Amino acid sequence: MPAISARNLSFTYVGANTPSMENVSLSIEKGEFVILTGPSGCGKTTFCRCLNGLIPNFYSGEVRGDLLVDDVNVNGKSTAELSKHIGFVFQNPENQLFSLSVERDVAFGVENLGIPQEEALERVKWAMKSTGIENLREKAPYELSGGQQQRAAIAGVLAMKPSIIVLDEPTSFLDPRSAEDIVGVIAKLNQELQLTTLLVEHRLDIVSRYANRVIVMDKGKVALDGSPQAVYGDQARLIGIGLPKVTTLFHLLRRDGFPIATNPITVEQASSELRKVLHQ
Amino acid sequence: MISVNNTSFRYIGASSDVLTNVNLQIKDGEFVAIMGENGSGKTTLVKMFNGLLKPRVGSVMIDGTDTREKSVAQLSRDVGLIFQNPDHQLFAETVSEELSFSLRNFGFNEEVVKRRVTNILTALDLEKYVDSSPFVLSGGERKRVALAAILVWDPKHIIMDEPTIGQDYLQKDRLRNFIVQLISQGKTIVIVTHDVEFVAECKPRVVLLSKGTVIADDAATKILTNDELLAQASLVRPQIAELMHQLPISGKTLDIIDAYAAREFLVPKLREAVQTSGHWR
Repeated sequence: MPAISARNLSFTYVGANTPSMENVSLSIEKGEFVILTGPSGCGKTTFCRCLNGLIPNFYSGEVRGDLLVDDVNVNGKSTAELSKHIGFVFQNPENQLFSLSVERDVAFGVENLGIPQEEALERVKWAMKSTGIENLREKAPYELSGGQQQRAAIAGVLAMKPSIIVLDEPTSFLDPRSAEDIVGVIAKLNQELQLTTLLVEHRLDIVSRYANRVIVMDKGKVALDGSPQAVYGDQARLIGIGLPKVTTLFHLLRRDGFPIATNPITVEQASSELRKVLHQ
Repeated sequence: MISVNNTSFRYIGASSDVLTNVNLQIKDGEFVAIMGENGSGKTTLVKMFNGLLKPRVGSVMIDGTDTREKSVAQLSRDVGLIFQNPDHQLFAETVSEELSFSLRNFGFNEEVVKRRVTNILTALDLEKYVDSSPFVLSGGERKRVALAAILVWDPKHIIMDEPTIGQDYLQKDRLRNFIVQLISQGKTIVIVTHDVEFVAECKPRVVLLSKGTVIADDAATKILTNDELLAQASLVRPQIAELMHQLPISGKTLDIIDAYAAREFLVPKLREAVQTSGHWR
């Protein structure tokens, strides 16, 4: 049973002449780490809004096709019901945190699930430990750094024990070290909990190493879908995806006539290939 | 010329300075990136350029005038500050209203207002939204509207706080070209950013802040390859700089931070290696 399964999913916002998303069919298996990318307006946000019922509950328009999350058809489900299956983390953690202490914030969602308080407390403790913020429980969110705030936002989602987590550019407000750090936390949770991860991201340099799959959307449709090595090619470049800089460098070298077979997506892969040539 | 002299600043009620003894001169037509960790004082510093904040100690001079002698409205005519969060700036019901507002306040006639608004919307690929509400646009588009709303009155110095956040690759590319165009018109451009890849592509002068102090002020190629400085400011090497660092090549690899420079450097070395061995590897 796939974690997410879309069949011919289309959506047109009220007042729009053309669909923002058209005939999207895809299936994401449990435990996958998928990057969803594409130019602004490609439909990726629309797709994510369907996953937790924001479309059509909060954004009106015409939906067509089917979407199953955790084998539950989202049609007619409330965002609250769907949040048991799928958790969301947004760009700016400040928008997700509002309590007086980190612990209260992490507990907010899970306490609304109506589970026994003892279990709720256990889950909060576990979520804070899993994201490495157990020492911050008494702090006020505004006392935290951006990276710590984003960890708290992830912990709040994690405590609800969703089987899928969707992160919408979760590092864009963070400095590069905190960004790498957060991506590391996400990858660890994906590995250890088999948490299906859908990461919406433009900055492919820092996230590609962790993903088993990249889906590129363009003009409302799925344009490319495969491993990062397979997807980061000429078509992705034409669509206007910001490929990792080492991938771009190898593309330039191939254009210069070097018969390079590999398509590196990380610095390590690129440096290993170049070192073999320079050392021979 | 933007001139910051022995300037310190602390917020009312705070127990310590956000900025400590900052000295910085930015000449007309320069392109400068202010980088540093979250909370290093970057945004506080640029808020002094248009007088939103006034120094507690020292002075900030814009084209020879102390910011304390002018109102924000007066300073804004010459110093355009684009906030990180466009929602702190946007208020009008349509994009064209948003852009016209300041021009009318500055006393331009309607014909000039209309022409300027049209020109800037075209330049920023926003003309199709002229009658839209800024609030139905995507985050990236709202950011461009906020930029347009400042550029439209043609300030001499343009300050952008985190302009690349939420922008896709094509928009970043467009922003870069736009900055180049503005510099060639003699504008001063200051960006506050922690986007090392964007800086590696644009190669501005970099002013590095950490804990309220300027810890370095040098070319992007020098700063983005200096591990000690990068660690202090919670930055990382750009990908290409890291790659060059890992290669067993001595010499001038240290200054290479973008793919095109790396290619120029590597091609002869690789040709030589391939020629000697007769094959790629």
